[in-house]
Amino acid sequence: MQINVTLNGASLSSDVEARQLLVDYIRGTGATGTHIGCDTTSCGACTVLIDGTPMKSCTMFAVQANGKSITTVEGLKQNGELHQIQASFKEKHGLQCGFCTPGMMLTSAALLEQNPEPSEDDIRWAISGNICRCTGYVNIVKAVQHAGEEMRKS
Amino acid sequence: MYPAAFAYSAPETLDEALATLSQEGESARVLAGGQSLIPMMKLRLASPAHLVDINNISGLDHINSANGYLRIGALVRHNDIVNSADIAAHNGAIASAAPWVADPLVRNRGTLCGSVAHCDPEGDWNSVMLAVRAEVVAQSAAGERVIPIDDFVVDFFTNSLEPGEIVTEVRIPKYTGKGGGAYLKLERKIGDYATVAVATQLQLGDDGKISEAGVALTAVNNKNTRATAAEQALVGQEPSDELFKEAGALAARAAEPESNVRGTAEWKRNVVSVYTRRGLEASLAQARA
Repeated sequence: MQINVTLNGASLSSDVEARQLLVDYIRGTGATGTHIGCDTTSCGACTVLIDGTPMKSCTMFAVQANGKSITTVEGLKQNGELHQIQASFKEKHGLQCGFCTPGMMLTSAALLEQNPEPSEDDIRWAISGNICRCTGYVNIVKAVQHAGEEMRKS
Repeated sequence: MYPAAFAYSAPETLDEALATLSQEGESARVLAGGQSLIPMMKLRLASPAHLVDINNISGLDHINSANGYLRIGALVRHNDIVNSADIAAHNGAIASAAPWVADPLVRNRGTLCGSVAHCDPEGDWNSVMLAVRAEVVAQSAAGERVIPIDDFVVDFFTNSLEPGEIVTEVRIPKYTGKGGGAYLKLERKIGDYATVAVATQLQLGDDGKISEAGVALTAVNNKNTRATAAEQALVGQEPSDELFKEAGALAARAAEPESNVRGTAEWKRNVVSVYTRRGLEASLAQARA
């Protein structure tokens, strides 16, 4: 089936099988920052933004993204500059193995869009669909708080 | 993991969707949020030959309160309910349950009506719908049918829809007087199914006595279950700690949980009893506020 999507600002027109999962479609374009973790809607490693809203791309078909704008971790960096959430994850050591990080950052970026000054509780609640097995979340929370502070300055 | 191949259509009108469903019969499934259906298809627990994706149909994403009912359309996402002022103002049990459904990412996509139709005994919404005495509105090419929730939830993953029918909305009677409700859920971690959960709703008459009561249980039977004896014990009575304790004990008797990795049957029955009592206390406090 023919679909037209915007992936990180670029228009794409593709022929896909109806059962192709969105995550595999995205990875097939070379944007392999979107990870496949559990493949069963539990872990959030495959999180992407669909028209700005974080969703699990392992639990959508590519045909369902027809006409939508998709943002993956590759789309966070703008004009050669890291997105503040990326800079803050780096600054605050908000990752260890990095597998959950793309999803974690996209969910956090969407949270900061809606709530520029989230409490620790707000952050923990917002990222509760993204599982990290390394960090214990402490530095992830710090990174999101730091990003919020920096974004409010600018 | 990949589902078996299927034909896919994404109609832009309800009439088109109904025509396809009527034509395809039992082999077609409706795809709304897909947060339960797609994993089941990937695990090959479901292999529909045709998926009718309703996400492009306008007019199904409404939450409104008119003519004595709260109405929640087929494309209302769980997170829309979390954020709805109408829901917060009119129904405590629904407002209290919404943040505990799945996880934030699933709530952005999954729908209440889809969850209701799915009839997973570990799903949250059907207990809430039982407690608030919801009605399910189903449409087919032949017309509309309104199904009381007790008749809709038939069994383990089984609803009473006929082939060709689609749930277009659920409607919930608004409180007639002072009312309140709650949903208490015990889960091992966010996004997990309930170990045990209890939905409660109370309405008070002008005399302060309980005029209507709803109590329903999640994950302790082969379907979401109304605790009828507990409800009957409450109606017509003056609210009291003793009464709520008795209702808790009666609700626990309606539970037939299995011992499993989440806990023993005896312990789960105890949780039902305690959560029923606490839920009723919270419902009462809200009704009196």
